[in-house]
Amino acid sequence: MRKKVIFRGVALPYLLLAPQLLITLVFFFWPAGMAVWQSTQREDAFGLNTEFVAFENFTDLFRDPIYLNAAWNTVVFSSAVTVLALGSALFLAVQADKHIRGAGLYKTLLIWPYAVAPALAAVLWLFIFHPSIGLVGKALAVIGVQWDFRLNGGQAMTMVIIAAAWKQVSYNFIFFLAGLQSIPTSVLEAAAIDGARPMRRFWTVIFPLLSPTAFFLLVVNLVYAFFDTFGVIHALTRGGPGNATETLIYKVYVDGVQNLNFGSSAAQSVILMVIVIGLTAIQFRYIERRVHY
Amino acid sequence: MHRRTLLTGAASLAVAAPALGQTQPIEIQFWHGLAQPLGGMLEQRATDFNATQTKYRVVPTFRGSYPETMVAAIAAFRASNAPHVVQMFEVGTGTMMGAGRAVKPVHELLAETGVQIDFDDYLPGVRGYYSLSDGRMMSMPFNSSTTVVWYNKDAMRRAGADPEKFPETWQGVAELLPRLKANGGTAVPMSTAWLTWGQIENFSAIHDIPLATLANGFGGLGTELRIANPLVQRHMEALAQWQKDGLYRYGGRNNAGEPAFPNGEAAIMFTSSGFRARVQREARFGWGVAMLPYYEGTPRAPINSIIGGASLWVMNKGPAAGGGRSRGEFEGVAEFFKYLSNPEVDAQWHMDTGYVPVRRASYAIAKDRGFYRENAGADVPIEQLLRGGGTLTDNSRGIRLGGFVEIRTIMEEELERAFQGQQTAAQALANATTRGNVVLRNFERANRG
Repeated sequence: MRKKVIFRGVALPYLLLAPQLLITLVFFFWPAGMAVWQSTQREDAFGLNTEFVAFENFTDLFRDPIYLNAAWNTVVFSSAVTVLALGSALFLAVQADKHIRGAGLYKTLLIWPYAVAPALAAVLWLFIFHPSIGLVGKALAVIGVQWDFRLNGGQAMTMVIIAAAWKQVSYNFIFFLAGLQSIPTSVLEAAAIDGARPMRRFWTVIFPLLSPTAFFLLVVNLVYAFFDTFGVIHALTRGGPGNATETLIYKVYVDGVQNLNFGSSAAQSVILMVIVIGLTAIQFRYIERRVHY
Repeated sequence: MHRRTLLTGAASLAVAAPALGQTQPIEIQFWHGLAQPLGGMLEQRATDFNATQTKYRVVPTFRGSYPETMVAAIAAFRASNAPHVVQMFEVGTGTMMGAGRAVKPVHELLAETGVQIDFDDYLPGVRGYYSLSDGRMMSMPFNSSTTVVWYNKDAMRRAGADPEKFPETWQGVAELLPRLKANGGTAVPMSTAWLTWGQIENFSAIHDIPLATLANGFGGLGTELRIANPLVQRHMEALAQWQKDGLYRYGGRNNAGEPAFPNGEAAIMFTSSGFRARVQREARFGWGVAMLPYYEGTPRAPINSIIGGASLWVMNKGPAAGGGRSRGEFEGVAEFFKYLSNPEVDAQWHMDTGYVPVRRASYAIAKDRGFYRENAGADVPIEQLLRGGGTLTDNSRGIRLGGFVEIRTIMEEELERAFQGQQTAAQALANATTRGNVVLRNFERANRG
């Protein structure tokens, strides 16, 4: 059913495409090209001495246990954030989809956190978890838990995961809710008449029909956890203690901005670019298939 | 209407600029990294300088924390738009020394402009940190501090210790901590801020042991870390053990741990002498300042500690700007530095902020005014910088390591792992040495040209 417009000649279509192409060129291809170029260089902070080192920045990275540690942290962090954010959003969406009083209010409140800036969200969680001034932090101390995320890597990781996931729950919630509402009631009624209990209806009818939404959200959440959580980590732990919460994206910042090691930082950006291209490709393939579905 | 005003304004400016060129003051851009209230006090110095003459106008701008200011200045230089003067924290010194034609060394600036500043009167620890090994000044000393001990006198009293006498040795501290834990009435006996600055860098300086080879990097770029030595290891083992026993609590990186002292959580805090203003404002108990303890039995210890804080660097405009600056601009910078070096100005800065006076003459002025009678302990950091007669050794002159910001982070990361019990202090120091040496070699390679 796609409508196709056939242009005669080539000038007009290219002209119409030009603004978009220009933007992509200036804001993506140019900086990306610069990053690739810089990843083959090694220079001092002031840019006065530059040396071409080909792939040395990359080979150094893969030999560096700290970088491999950051990669592992990223895997742990991203999967935990994704599972937590998707799981709680789905649960909340299913609850909000029921006929309850004040559903509109719940929905609005659940969407709010998305509007909170990452740094603010982090400060909020800091106030909750801080060992000496935080509500939860102090409570944990009272019940005898040695809570100190400034020195305990596992606790620090837990905290950034919770803070990062909380930020993403709202986004997932909207999509799940929309997905739930687009499931035809007739299907659900038919299942109910056939005698399926609510749990069974959820797992055999609702969940499969939600799976396109869920898959889309899976990719979006992974991308979020990979690339968009700098603010939360920076404000909460700065990658510490040790390197316990240093993820790949945070390490790009540490090496590029703090340590002024531009070559290595560029090499890390290139690696991240490859990852995000991969994730996007998966998503596009999937969405393509979904169109025919 | 609005647009027309703008247009006429722009037009008249364009016409007026050449005509006024002779009388317009020369603008000197000055980027600094001090937040309020210190930032306001610093900007006041620029305003005061502007009021003393009409030829130059210093325009101070706050560019975020020290590391942010450093990054901003470097980025501006790469874009050929560097400020004339940038305030650079002490760990950035090695990087700036290696910056080649990005910076204008202060000794060159003064020689070219004919402005005299009496650097002989500066405290040796301050002067040594910012000069070449032959004594020529590279940057302009400004706000200097050093690590000292802040302690809660009330807690000392409750623990049955003499509140006027903080232990001089670590052996004495080790004996005091359990008593503070038992009866001190604070959540934890001891905590630290700026962990590596106080417990490794200054620790090494006062014990006269090297932090790195080649006189802590003053002798060249080929320097290597030497922190994995028995004394530092002994101290780190002690800290890790105390952390385990609840006698010490690591307070986080940089100055994150500081609030635990004025709010009464920690009875002892190791941090900058610049902490004074905050303690004065916030602490609701009797407090004292003491010099850094040392391990009894170490030959030559204790000698002077080294400074922290920041100095002012003169920058060229950038790679695309050719020669960089006009003579007038450099003269303005030199005059501004001369103004800041005035002992009256420096003494006032010291008394307002808690930074140490950088000159002996300013110290004398503060003494004459009775500042130390009214503010007990305010002279402790200065005395500590002059400890051992004030003759600097290769180990107590300062630290000149390229990429030192990164090396400090590495030391902190490895020690954090040790305090968590994931590795021993010896492993932490060995790992930090290995990783830090990689940074040093990369810096050497990037800066040998």
